[in-house]
Amino acid sequence: MNKEKNNLYGTGIIKGALVTMRHFIDTYLDDIRMLGKRYMTQESIEYRRSKDVKGIFTVQYPDEKLPPQEEFRFIPFLVYDTHEDGTDMIRCTSCGICSKVCPPQCIWIVQTIDEKTGRPIPEPAEFYIDIDICMNCGFCAEFCPFDAIKMDHDYELASYDRTKAHLFNKERLMKPASYYAKIRPTYFEREEAVRLEKEAKKAAAAKTKAERASKSAQAD
Amino acid sequence: MNDENKPVEVPEELLNQVAVTSMGELASQSFIDKAYNWGRRNSVWPVFFGLACCAIEMIATASSRYDFSRFGMEVMRASPRQADLLIISGTVTKKMLPQIIRLYNQMPEPKYVLAMGACASGGGPFKEGYNVVSGIDKFLPVDVYVPGCPPTPQALIHGLMKLQEKIDSQSIKEVSWYDKENRGDPIPMPVLGPDLMDPRDFSANGKAKE
Amino acid sequence: MSEQIAAAPVDLISLFPDQVKADERVGYEGFMVEPKALVKVVVALRDELGYDYLSSVTAADYIDDHKIEVVYHFFKSTGGTNLTLSTQVSREKAVVPTLMHEFPSMELQEREVYDMFGVEFTGHPDLRRVLLWDGFEGFPLRKDYKEAYFTAEKKPFTNRWPEGHITRAEDATPYKKNVVYPDNLKPFEEYDPSVENLLYSGMKNFLPEDQRELNTEPVMVNFGPQHPSTHGVFRMAAILDGETVMALKPVMGYLHRNHEKIGERNTYLGNIPFTDRLDYISSMANNFAYVVAVEKLMGPRVQIPERAEYLRVIMSELTRIVNHTWAIGFLLNDLGAFFTPALYAMIERELILDIFEATAGSRMMCNYYRFGGVSRDIPEDAMAKLKGLVYERLPRKIDELDIYLSENEIIRERTEGVGILSPEEAIAYGASGPVLRASGVPYDIRRAEPYGIYDQFDFDVAVRYHGDTYDRYVIRLDEVRQSLRILQQALKTIPEGPVLLKNPYNVRVPAGEAYGRAEAPKGELGFYLVSDGTANPFRYHVRSPSFINLTSLEKMSLGLKIADVFAILGSLDIVLGEVDR
Ligand code: SF4
Ligand code: SF4
Ligand code: SF4
Repeated sequence: MNKEKNNLYGTGIIKGALVTMRHFIDTYLDDIRMLGKRYMTQESIEYRRSKDVKGIFTVQYPDEKLPPQEEFRFIPFLVYDTHEDGTDMIRCTSCGICSKVCPPQCIWIVQTIDEKTGRPIPEPAEFYIDIDICMNCGFCAEFCPFDAIKMDHDYELASYDRTKAHLFNKERLMKPASYYAKIRPTYFEREEAVRLEKEAKKAAAAKTKAERASKSAQAD
Repeated sequence: MNDENKPVEVPEELLNQVAVTSMGELASQSFIDKAYNWGRRNSVWPVFFGLACCAIEMIATASSRYDFSRFGMEVMRASPRQADLLIISGTVTKKMLPQIIRLYNQMPEPKYVLAMGACASGGGPFKEGYNVVSGIDKFLPVDVYVPGCPPTPQALIHGLMKLQEKIDSQSIKEVSWYDKENRGDPIPMPVLGPDLMDPRDFSANGKAKE
Repeated sequence: MSEQIAAAPVDLISLFPDQVKADERVGYEGFMVEPKALVKVVVALRDELGYDYLSSVTAADYIDDHKIEVVYHFFKSTGGTNLTLSTQVSREKAVVPTLMHEFPSMELQEREVYDMFGVEFTGHPDLRRVLLWDGFEGFPLRKDYKEAYFTAEKKPFTNRWPEGHITRAEDATPYKKNVVYPDNLKPFEEYDPSVENLLYSGMKNFLPEDQRELNTEPVMVNFGPQHPSTHGVFRMAAILDGETVMALKPVMGYLHRNHEKIGERNTYLGNIPFTDRLDYISSMANNFAYVVAVEKLMGPRVQIPERAEYLRVIMSELTRIVNHTWAIGFLLNDLGAFFTPALYAMIERELILDIFEATAGSRMMCNYYRFGGVSRDIPEDAMAKLKGLVYERLPRKIDELDIYLSENEIIRERTEGVGILSPEEAIAYGASGPVLRASGVPYDIRRAEPYGIYDQFDFDVAVRYHGDTYDRYVIRLDEVRQSLRILQQALKTIPEGPVLLKNPYNVRVPAGEAYGRAEAPKGELGFYLVSDGTANPFRYHVRSPSFINLTSLEKMSLGLKIADVFAILGSLDIVLGEVDR
C-alpha cells in the first residue's frame, strides 16, 4: 500500500520500532499466560507449531525436539518382517525398480542367484545406498511395489568419518516393520489393509480352486 | 594408569558416531584443558558463508525457530579471520574451490570444518557433473559430516553438538596449533586450467602424476 | 491460443519467403531461419509483428545431423503463446550473428550458449565463458562431451542392478579428484592462477572512451563470491570512481552444478527432484513449471484430477509467499537492518514449511508434483492449519510487515528513485516477474498465458510504475496479498477426489519440442524440452528468471553509489542455484 509520505519525519521508524516492541512484550505475556508450561512440554511444542503462536518461537533442540511429521523423509531404510517363528524376512525382492527410478543412481543391488538352478532368488544379496549421493527424494519408497523400502525419520546421523559410515549396507539399512509402523502409522495401516485384502482374496481363490479340484476329483 | 590408556572398545556400528574419550582421559584432563575447551566449545563462530541449498537451512538454523545462538554460535562472521568454524553448506564446484581453500587458509587456528549435506560430504546428487567436486574432504580436513539433502536444522545442530564433543576431547598439550614443528602448512591452492588442477597432483617437473 | 500461432506464420514467411520456412519436423512448430537473415527477421518480428519480448535463447546439439540449432523464444509483452525461431549451423563452424544490439537480454544468455555449445556470436562485445571459467577444456552440453565420472549415456545405469557391485565414482577416474586432464597438458607452471584478465579487459571496453586507460583514479573492486550481501556465491566486479560505479560486471558460475547435462542423462521423472534444487527457496514453483512443460509435450493424453489442480495452485502460491517474505527480509538485511526483519519473515516461512513437510515430506526439497497430478494428498490436520494461516494469520502478518517497513524513512530514502528500470528497458532486458511488473508492465504468466487452473481465480496482476528499488520491494507485498486472495478462493472451493490417476515410473513422451513456463516467484521460469521419444530428454534447458534478471543489473547500477548496488541486487531477488544451475 503506497501511502502518502508522512509529514512528520520519523513516524515510520517509530511505528516500526513499536512492532519490534510488541514482539518483545508478547514473549513475556505468553510466558505468564502459560506459566510453567511454555517450554519443554509436548503441548507447548504444538503451540509453537500452530497458527496462534506469538512471542518467542524457538524450539530448544536438543532438550525439546520438533517431532518429524509423518510424511517427513530422510534417508531410506529397508523393512523386514518378523515371523511368528522368529525368523526375519526382508521384504525386498531385489526387483530393481528403486535403483532404476533413483534420480542420482545411488542404489546398488546384487541379486541372489540360486547356485543350483542359476535362477534369481527374490532377495538381495547386497544392497547399498550411498547416502552422500542420496537426495532424499523418496522415489524409491514411492515406486517400490512391495513396500520394502521406506523413508526414515532419523536425522541425527552426524559422524566424524564418512568413508565407511556413509555407505549404508543391507544390515545398516534394515529396520523392523514395527519401527515402520511406529513412524508412519497411517501409511502402515493403509498398506496392511491392502495386504490383508490381497491375502484374503488369494486364500479365497485358493479355496475355490481346491473346492473345484475336489469336485472334479469327485466327478471323476 | 595403564587402565586409562587402554583403547576403549566401541561397537563397530558406533565407530564414527562417538568421540572416544574415556572417563579416565576426561579425568586426566587438567583444569586448564577443561577451561580451555569450555571456552572454545561455547563460542564457536562460524564463517557467514553459504554455498547452495544447504545454506538456506543453515540460515534457518541461525534464525527464529532453531536459533543456534543458544550454543554461542550466533556470531556468524563474514570475515574468515574472525571465525573458528567453516560450515561447507552446499555443493562445492570446481570454480568455487580456490576461494573456499583461500577462506580456509585465512582462518586462524584452531579451526574446524563441518561438511553439511550430501554435496559437501561426498558430491551429492550432482556428483556426476563436470564442475562438481565430490566432497570437500578431498581438499580440506573435515571434522564433522552431517548427511542429508538438505539436513534439517535439527540435524545440523546435532552435527554442531558433535563438533563440541570433539572440542571437549582435545587437550591443550597435544593440539597441533601450538606445536611449532607440526603446525599444518596452508592447503596448496588449486589452479583452474583446462580442468581443476591440484598442485599436489603434479610432480616436481610439472607433469601430472599418474 | 492456436489462432495466434496460426496467424503468425503467414506473415513471417510471406515477409521473408527465401530465408524463413516453417519447421516441419514432427512435433516441432515455429520457423527455421537462415543464420544470415536472423537479425533482419528478428527486427521485423519485433517491429511489425509485436513480438517484443525475447525471452530465451538456447541451443541443441543434433549430433546425428552434424548441426547445432540455436533456438529463440519470442513473446508479445501483451500476452499470448510463444513463437519459436531456430537457426541451424554446422557443429564445426558454429557462427551466428548476435542479437544483443536488438535485444540486450541476450547478453548473458548468448554467453551461456557460447560457454556450453561453443557457438560464436559475431558482434557480441564480450563473448566469454559465463558459467565455467575461461580456459576450460570442451563444451559440456555438446553430445560428445563426457564428464570425468561418465558411466553411461542414459539413466538408469545398467551397472546398478542386478549386478550392482558398489564402486565409488572416485575410483573410476585416474586423478581421484574427478578430473580428466587433456592429453596435451602443459606443465603446471605455465598456468596463470588468475584467469580473470579477460574479464577485466572486457570491462575496460565498457568504459566510456576517454576513461579507458585505468591509470590513477578508478579502482577495480571485486565483491564476492564470498560476501554476505550477494545472497550466495555471486560475484560482481566493479570499476569505481570514488564510490560511484562506472562499470559493473556480474560474474557467476560458482554454483554451476551441471543441471542441464545431468538432466539430459536423467529420466523425465528423475528430473523433478533436481528441479527442486534450482531455486531452492521455492521448489514447488519449479516443479510446477517443469511438469507444465512435460505435460505440454505429452499432449492432451494426460488427465489431471481437479483436486490435484487445486493443490498445485495452492502449493505454488504458498511458495510465492515464502519466497517473497524471504526476499523482503533479506533485502532489508542488505539495507543494513541486520536480521530482525528477516527473523520475523522467517517465522511465517517456518509455519508454511511445516505444511510442506506434512504434505510433501520435506521442508525445502518438496518433489511434490507429478505428471498428471501431485504425489500425495494434503493431510487433514495440515489442511486445518493451512486454513488458519491463510484466513487469519498471514493477512495480519503481512500487514504487520507493511507497517513495520514500508513507511520507514530510512528505507524509503535508501530505495526510492534508486536503480530505475523503465518499462521499455525492462522488456528489452528480458526482465520478468516482480522486476518487470514493478517497472509498470502488467505481465504475469498466470494471466498472459494461463496454465493450470489460474483462469478460474479472481486476482489482480500487481503492478507498480516507478521501476525503482522501493517499488520492487512493495510489489512483493502486493503479490503476497494477491496470492492470499487466490488461496482463500482455492481453499473454499477445493473439491474432494483423487490427486493422481496413474504414476508410472517409466514416463515416455512423444518426440517433439516444447517450451513450458510458469510464473515462479522470481519470474518466468521456462523449460525448453526436446524429446526424441525415448525415456530421457534429448535437450533440457532451464530459462531461469534470476539469471536473466541479472542482465539489467549493470544498467541499473551505473552512476550510483556502491551501497545502492546491494540494494538493487537485493531487490532483484536472485537465488544462485537458479542463476548458475
Ligand atoms: S526395495 Fe522394493 S523396489 Fe527396490 S529392489 Fe527391493 S522390492 Fe524392488
Ligand atoms: S531417496 Fe531418492 S535419491 Fe535416495 S535412494 Fe531413494 S530414490 Fe535414490
Ligand atoms: S546436499 Fe542437497 S540440499 Fe544440500 S546443497 Fe547438496 S543438493 Fe542442495
